[in-house]
Order: sequence, then structure tokens, then C-alpha cells
Amino acid sequence: MYRNLLRMLILVIGGCALMAIVSPAMAQDATAPSFDVEITGTYGPFLPPDVSTTGHQSDLLINTLHWFMGVLFVGWGIFFVYCLVKFRQRPGHKADPKPVKAKVSKYAEIVVAVFEAALLVGLSIPVWAEVKEGFPTEEENPQHVRVVAEQFAWNFHYPGPDGVFGRAGPQFIDMASNILGIDPDDEHGADDIVSGELHVVAGRPVIADVTSKDVIHSFSIPVLRLKQDVIPGMRIPVWFNTKDDSAGNYEVACAQLCGNNHYSMRALMVIHATQSDVDAWLESAKPEEFDEDEFD
Amino acid sequence: MSGEHHKELGFFRKYVFSVDHKVIGIQYGITALCFLFFGFCLIMMIRWQLAYPGEPMPLIGGLLERLMGAKWAEEFMPGGRMTPDFYNALGAMHGTIMIFLGVVPLLVGAFGNYVMPLQIGAPDMAFPKINMASYWCFAAGGVIMLSSFLVPGGAANSGWTSYPPLSAIAQPPAAGWPILFSGQTLWLVGMVALITSSLLGSVNFIVTIIQLRVKGLTMFRLPFFVWAQFVTSFLLLLAFPPLEAAGVLQLMDRVAGTSFFLPEGLVVSGQVAMVQGREIAGGGNPLLWQHLFWFLAHPEVYVLILPAMGIVAEIIANNTRKPLWGYRALVYSTVFLGFMSFIVWAHHMFMTGMGTSISAFFATTTMIISIPSVIILTALIISLYNGAIRFTTPMLFALAFLPMFAIGGLTGLPLGLPVSDIPLHDTYYVIGHFHYVVAPGTILAIFGGIYYWFPKITGRKMNDTLGRLHFVFTFICMNVVFMPMFFQGLAGVSRRLFDQTQYSWGAAVQGWTITSSWGAWMLGVAQIFFFINFFWSIWGGKKVSNNPWEATTIEWSAPSPPPHGNFATEPVVYRGPYEYSVPGMSKDFFPQTAVTEA
Amino acid sequence: MSSELLPYTVKPHPVTGVYSGKLGVWLFLASEVMLFGAFFSAYILLKVGAPLEGPAHWPLHSERHMSWMIGGFNTLVLIISSVTMVMAWVSLKSGNFGKARMLLGATVALAVLFLVIKITMEYIPHWRDGLTTNTSNFWGIYYTMTGLHGVHILGGIVVISYFIGPGSKLWHENPEYYTNRIECTGLYWHFVDLVWIFLFPTLYLMS
Ligand code: HEM
Ligand SMILES: [Cu+2]
Ligand SMILES: [Cu+2]
Repeated sequence: MYRNLLRMLILVIGGCALMAIVSPAMAQDATAPSFDVEITGTYGPFLPPDVSTTGHQSDLLINTLHWFMGVLFVGWGIFFVYCLVKFRQRPGHKADPKPVKAKVSKYAEIVVAVFEAALLVGLSIPVWAEVKEGFPTEEENPQHVRVVAEQFAWNFHYPGPDGVFGRAGPQFIDMASNILGIDPDDEHGADDIVSGELHVVAGRPVIADVTSKDVIHSFSIPVLRLKQDVIPGMRIPVWFNTKDDSAGNYEVACAQLCGNNHYSMRALMVIHATQSDVDAWLESAKPEEFDEDEFD
Repeated sequence: MSGEHHKELGFFRKYVFSVDHKVIGIQYGITALCFLFFGFCLIMMIRWQLAYPGEPMPLIGGLLERLMGAKWAEEFMPGGRMTPDFYNALGAMHGTIMIFLGVVPLLVGAFGNYVMPLQIGAPDMAFPKINMASYWCFAAGGVIMLSSFLVPGGAANSGWTSYPPLSAIAQPPAAGWPILFSGQTLWLVGMVALITSSLLGSVNFIVTIIQLRVKGLTMFRLPFFVWAQFVTSFLLLLAFPPLEAAGVLQLMDRVAGTSFFLPEGLVVSGQVAMVQGREIAGGGNPLLWQHLFWFLAHPEVYVLILPAMGIVAEIIANNTRKPLWGYRALVYSTVFLGFMSFIVWAHHMFMTGMGTSISAFFATTTMIISIPSVIILTALIISLYNGAIRFTTPMLFALAFLPMFAIGGLTGLPLGLPVSDIPLHDTYYVIGHFHYVVAPGTILAIFGGIYYWFPKITGRKMNDTLGRLHFVFTFICMNVVFMPMFFQGLAGVSRRLFDQTQYSWGAAVQGWTITSSWGAWMLGVAQIFFFINFFWSIWGGKKVSNNPWEATTIEWSAPSPPPHGNFATEPVVYRGPYEYSVPGMSKDFFPQTAVTEA
Repeated sequence: MSSELLPYTVKPHPVTGVYSGKLGVWLFLASEVMLFGAFFSAYILLKVGAPLEGPAHWPLHSERHMSWMIGGFNTLVLIISSVTMVMAWVSLKSGNFGKARMLLGATVALAVLFLVIKITMEYIPHWRDGLTTNTSNFWGIYYTMTGLHGVHILGGIVVISYFIGPGSKLWHENPEYYTNRIECTGLYWHFVDLVWIFLFPTLYLMS
């Protein structure tokens, strides 16, 4: 019996190890189809790089939790394997039906409860309040942008030099010339810029209003530890801020199944080092014929 | 007993439209195993697309074209490459089939139906005809679900969660087809049938457990498995109706032009949204669906795990030859879990724009509900202490359940705290988490239960060597499939992605995806041991006595297989369910129904 | 009829004090409470979230063209049918099958009357006036909830008719069993009435 058990353990552990060694060898070189630009940062089997000013807090929570889970699991595991070996059936060994007084388990349960409570109250709740509701004030000079999701693209709506968004409504939508349905009679809309790319400045907070034209999407930027479901009929504000040294190109993803091309609903986020870089890009993104034909 | 009881029934009444809980249990079991296998086949196809995006599927691609015809292949798998729509349909149907047509019918319909009445010494379920109706509703729901693969546009493809507006506007019926014949609509109709089946079943289970326990069998002498079924039935009874309501509302949105889940001003591909060729009025709320859906679907995950824990507890008590540790704590924790599971649902909706106080409420309830789960797991592990552990085939599966469920449960913590959920929500981390609970967890428990009760059902034992081989390979492959998903998830890979290499983080962990896929296919191969063992043992397995495991609970005092009416004489119960190794006795088990040590 | 097959099918269980069927119906009604509870919650959520103006707005009470007289009359019809249902059960208890059968017939007749009024005086005229499921969510949920309630009424009609017709054989074989079944049907029937008593003010009276 004992030998059988041992054989079994060796088989199980050996099998898992073998698969783990062999499998990366089966991997092919897969590279993401690029935009015209190189994506910044290295990505691998753990959390992606973090370029936000708040993301370290959720990372801290995730890491703490995984250490905690590891300790619990190993603790359980040691006791488990010990029992399997020590109390295996064998000649001369009999089960003892008296219930053991397992104080340890009671303490373990209390520790788990206290630890969870501490993480919840100490980290999760205050950080949630900060990242979801602690919007930067106007003194901090946040950049405002509107994010409009649709099957299967992200549209970013910038207010232009006047800093005011043009009014928009579904009745004005024209997929060729006016995808967001900006009211042509609203003067604030005349200088607005609509693009498929999100351009921000390192170190300047951003307030983005997200909404959707059709179905539910989810505005996800893993490198910012940002995720917000985008729900049609609702305009939900989110905010983030980037690290000062984070300039580069990053990806925006859709994280909620939204139809057949959900998998390719991806956009580029460029973090510029300076405001003037952003302004230059905004200038270049202005559609000329749009400017001249329709308005002015 | 009335004369009818002994009348010979015709073939149909005996095996097809039977009202005997054991026949119905077996019907449920066979049907659900087929569905489980079908759902598994769907995911093996998905795993090809995930591992080798855009490559034509070897063998299967051609086979399907032969089987389903060129027209079908052109629509769903042109040139053996699956389309994104078909991928989404496979994913949504995998989830739906596995949960509603595979695991729940196995745990409740098959094990619950077959074993529970025997364990309480009852001659049958309280309402045998309703029991039969429940099975046939389930079968009808299954057929409706499967038939949806054949309508134009294919099966439902908005995920097993069917979030509107996507699900409401998806798959309008093709021209010339009746209004009900589109994948998503059939999904809704099928769900209503399955819900009806569950409701009928749960009423029956609760009444049976309350009314038909034999003399001497008090509630605290019930085997833990029966308690698990009892709580599960309450969950099914009370959590399913809101989903039924939601299903009806979505059906109305799809066929009657209402806008319960559709806000104003929807614009799809530049056109004002239409349903059934009519402009919608709008004014509805997409989140309403999510609330109703998750109000069911969180209790549903306890439906998927509690009976599995029940099976594991039975096997562990029997194979450690000692009573379960903390039986009462187990029972109280289970009941508490049942109650709490109704107030945690919105932890699935943290990303929908929830404020601090509401998210804090649901995070708190979620943390609270994790405590009884920890207690249950701890009690089961401590039960090993001081035992005399027999490594029988069912015991191997039951033992493996414990660490697997531990992984599944622990990885729920980062998902239950809203802040750590931000990067992990809707990624493969979630897929890994709940699969550790339901696949290496529940599925292993189901296999354990099959090996354990097989002798009761057939009078024969399954082969041990094949059983062990099945165990080792299944256990390894399960981990190879699901462990990589945690790393993919941490890396940021979303779930339900047709091609994750579109993203840098996806491309970076593509190697792990391939590993996972190979694990899934090997897992499929490993089931050959089970198939051979199962079918061979039905006719050729070793004949065994009525109580081959030397167990204490009542089902083992019935003949194997039990006749119609179960027990020759009505049993009487004298003691608790797990009187093993009682000091001073010559045998190491003391059955519940034995008057004295005979 | 396999009437004697299982214990406590007819006689109450000594501990729980009920026969199995009655417990089963109570449990079934608990799930029905959850079902209609979900619909009422949906109603409230939709109403609160409805746009204030535009075509999809929640119609004011005055815009609904719903006559509380018709609704009120129908409420009365259902309440009376509940009374006849109870009386049928009481007659069975005292062994008067003929009277019970008549009262069950009255219950069915009242239920049919309810449906006829609902359909001919409300559904059809409303639909003709262009107030359809597509008009706004108030009308959508109105048709859905009253429709579902109507299906429950229909179910009741089928079950009671069965007990008047083919099911009445049971009375001659096992009167107590038959009486129990009528009691269970009655419980269901009162529940269906109760749902209407919530629906009526919600849809007809509140603005
Ligand atoms: C044992 C082998 C299994 C394998 C290899 C497997 C694999 C997978 C994979 C890879 C996905 C993600 C698909 C995607 O990204 O679109 C998935 C989704 C899912 N699986 Fe499984 N699974 C297994 C068993 C089960 C079982 C037993 C259940 C339930 C009891 C289950 C329930 C689900 C659900 C609900 C989803 C989500 C579907 C959706 O996104 O709508 N799976 N599975
Ligand atoms: Cu999307
Ligand atoms: Cu949940």
C-alpha cells in the first residue's frame, strides 16, 4: 500500500514537472500584430508593467494575497501529506474515532478572518474609494477626454482648443463623416477631434467619460490597472494618472465580450513626455476636410 | 404496500417513462455524462483555435464538414478554420452545457436522485411522477439547446451569461425562419425548460428529505451528502426563479419588441438599433439583467460544489474508517453558506461602475462567505487525522478534490476584493479560479462518486487498475490545463478571446496557452480508461456483496441493485451516519440500521 | 392510482404535521414568490430608471387609458373565485361531493370570466389603440406581468377542470386524498389571486 502511494506521488509530481518542462518548448514564437509602433515594456506570465500612479496599490494587494494563499496552501498541504503517510492503512494500525481537539484549526480560521478583514478595510476599501471616486480637482489640471465604444472600436473624443466638448446625439451619427454624432450646429464641436488613439501626457491626470453606442464593452488598460465596464445609456467617469517617466506606446483592450470581433477591439494609447507633444499630435489629427467643408 | 407495486411494468414504463427514482437517477446520469462529454468536445475545439489561432483544424475540420455538410462548414468553419462567431458560440455553449446540462444534473439529478432516498431509507421520492416530469423537462431543455447548433446563425454566442444588449440584438432569425428559431432565443427557451426541471426536482428533494426519513433518522443523523442535497435544493428553489423572470424579459425583448434591457439611443453599426425589424423604444437598463442573472448564478456555484463536497465527505468517512471530524460544524457551515450565497451576487459586477459603499458591502459578504468554506475544507482534511486511510479508487479522487478545491477557493479571494479584482476581472484568472472549483474539484468528486456507488447500482465493482490510471492521468492533465490560466490572467489576457496573440501580453504567454491546450487534449485521451472501465464493468466487473466498502450508511443495507421499493423491510436507524472503528467491536464499522453488532 | 404507495401522501406526517403534497405546494409557492418578486423588482427598477420625456417615458397615470373599474371588477371576480374554492374544499370535508363539484365549476367559470374580460376589454382595445409591447417599458412590463399571471390562471383552470372531470374518480377511491388535492389546488389558487391583488394597484392605481 505504502509503496503504491509512493509510486503514485512520484508519478503525479513527475508528470506535472515533465509537462511544465516540455510545454514551453512547444510554444511557437508568437508576436502581437503591431500597430505602426513598438509597444513599450516587457510582458510575461505575471502582472504586466505598471505605469500608473495608483496601480502599485492593487499590485500590493494581489501580491500580499498570493503570499497569504501560498502560506495557507502549503500549511494545509503539509498536514495533508503528513496524514496520508502517517495514517495510511497498514497491518497493526487502527483508526482512532475520538475527535481530536484541533485548536490549531480554530486559530487558523480566526487568522484567516482577521487577515481578510484587515486587507478589506485597510487596503481594498480606501484604494477603491481613491481609484474609482477620488477624481482630480480642476486645480490639478486634468485632461478631459470622452471615450465612446462601439462594435469593434474605441473612439476618443478630445474637446479641442476651446476645452469644451460639442454636443452629441445619435441622430447626427454618420459612419462616414461623424461617427460620434457631434451636432454640426454646436460651435463647441467645431474644433473637436475624434481619433482611434488615446494620447495623454506623463504625469498629468486624465478624466475620461466612457460610454457605448451599442453593447456593453469594458475599457481596460492593464498597464494602468484600469478597468471599467462601458454601458450603453450610461456615461461613467473614470480617472487615472501616469508616472512621470512612463512615456511610450501601450495597448487599450476591450475586456467584455461584445460580438464576433471582440478579440480585435484594441486601441493604441500613447503617453507623451510633454504637453507640447500631445498638442502637436492633436493638431495633426484634426481632419482637414471636416474642418473646411462642414464648418466655418 | 399496494398491489400495483408488484405488477410487472412494460418496457416503456420500466425504463423510459419510469417513476422509480433509481431509474430516473440513471437516466439523468447517462444523459448528463453525454452532455458533459459533448461540452468537453466543444472546449477541445476551442483549445485548438486558442493554441494555434487561424490554423485549420486537423482531422476534426474535415470530419465536421462531412458530418454537417458543406453549407454548414462554409458558415462556421470555412476551410477548417473556425469563425469568431462560431468560437463565441462554442464558448457560450460550453459554459451552458457544462453547468446546466452536465454537472448539476449529475450531482443533483443523478447522485441526488439515486443515492439520497436510499440514504434516508425511503422507498422512493415523495412525488415519483413529478420526478419523471423533471427528467423529461431536462431532456427537452437539452434537445432545444443542442438543436440551436443547427439553425442559421448557429447556437447562442453571447457567453453563458448572455448579457444584453448584445444578447438582445444578436442573431436575429434568418429570413423565412420562425421567430423562435435563432440561437439566442432557443437558448432562452431551453433555459426556461431547464429551470422548470430544477424547480420540480428541488421541491421533490426537500419534501422527500423532510417527510420520508425512516424511523430513528433524525436530521443530525443524516449523512452529510443528504444535508448537502437539502441545502442545494433550497438554492435551486429560490435562486432560479429570478433567472426565469430574467429569461422571460429577455425573450420579450427579442420577440415582442420590448426594451427592458435596452436603453435609449442605441446605434448599431451606424444604424438605429432594431429588434425584429422594429425600432426599439428604449428606456431599459442593461444592468437589470446582470442583477437578476447573478442573483441566480452565485448560488448556482454552490449548487455546483456542495453536493460534490457531500460525495467527498461520504468517501472520506468510509475510507478513513473513522467519523467525519466536526460533523455539526460541516452542517452549520453548509446551511450558512446557503443563506449567504444570496447576498454576494454583485461581486460579479464590481466593474459596472459601483461606488465605494456598495462594493464594500458585497466585498464584505464575500469575505464572510469564504469563512465557512474554509471551515468545511479544514474539517475534511482534519478528518484524515488518526484515520486508517485506504487508498481505494474513489478515495484517490476524493483526496485529490481537497487541494484542488483549496486552489479554487483561495484564488477566489483576489476576485472578491474589488481592488485586486480590477486587473483580474474577466481575465483567464477568473476562468482558472472557477474551473479549479468545478473541474479538478467537482468533476473529480463526480468520478469518485461513480466509482464509489457503482457497486450499489450494478452489483459489480469497477476495475481498480484502470481506475488508478484514470485518476493519475486525469489529475495531472487537469492541472496542466488550468494552472497556466492563472499566469495568463495575471498577464492580462481577457477571457472569451478568439485570438489572444492580438495583444502583446497575450502573445507573451502564448506558450502557456499551448501547454493548456495540450493538457486538455491529453485529458480527453485519459478518459479512455474511464470509458473502457465503465462499460466493461457493467457486464464484466467483479461481483461484490451488498456492502463492498464496509460502509455504515443506509444505502449499503439494501440489495445491489436495490429492487423497486428499495428495502425488503422498512429499515430503522439506531445511530449516527459514521460509526466507524467503535471501540470494543470486532468489526470496524457499525451500520446505522444494525440493532446490535451482528 | 398508486395512492397507497408512499407514506404521508394522504395522512399528515406526525412530526411536520402536513402531508407531502401540502409541503410541496408551499415550497412551490415560495419559488413563485421569488419569481413574481423578481418581476416586481424589475418593474420598480425600470420605472425609476425610465427617461423623463420622449417616446419611451413612463406614462403618467392619466396617459394609460386603464380603467380601474375593469381592473377592480376583475379583482372582485378573482376574490369571489377564491371564496368558491374554499367552499368547495369545505364541502368535501363534510363529504358533499356534488356541492363541491358545483363550486369548483363556479371557480372555473369565474376564472374564465376574468380572462375574457382581460382579453376583450383590455388587451384587444389597448393593442388597437397602438399601446403595444413596443410602446414603452410600462406597456412591455404590463403585458408581461399580466400575461404571466394569465398563464397562471389558465393553469388553474386546467387543473381544476381536471379535478371536476377525469380526476374526480379519485373521490370514490380515496376521498381524503381527493380532498387533499383540492386543498393544494386551493392554496395555489389563492396565491394566484394574491398576485393579482398586488398587480392591480401597481398597474392600475399608482402613478
Ligand atoms: C474539464 C475540462 C474543461 C476544460 C478544458 C474547460 C476549458 C474552458 C476554457 C478554455 C474556457 C474559456 C473559453 C473562452 O475563453 O471563451 C472555459 C469557459 C467556461 N467553462 Fe470550462 N472547461 C472545462 C470544464 C468545465 C466545467 C466542468 C464547467 C462547469 C461546471 C465549465 C464551465 C465553464 C464556463 C461557465 C465557462 C465560461 C463560458 C463563457 O465565457 O461564457 N467548464 N472552459
Ligand atoms: Cu468591445
Ligand atoms: Cu459569485
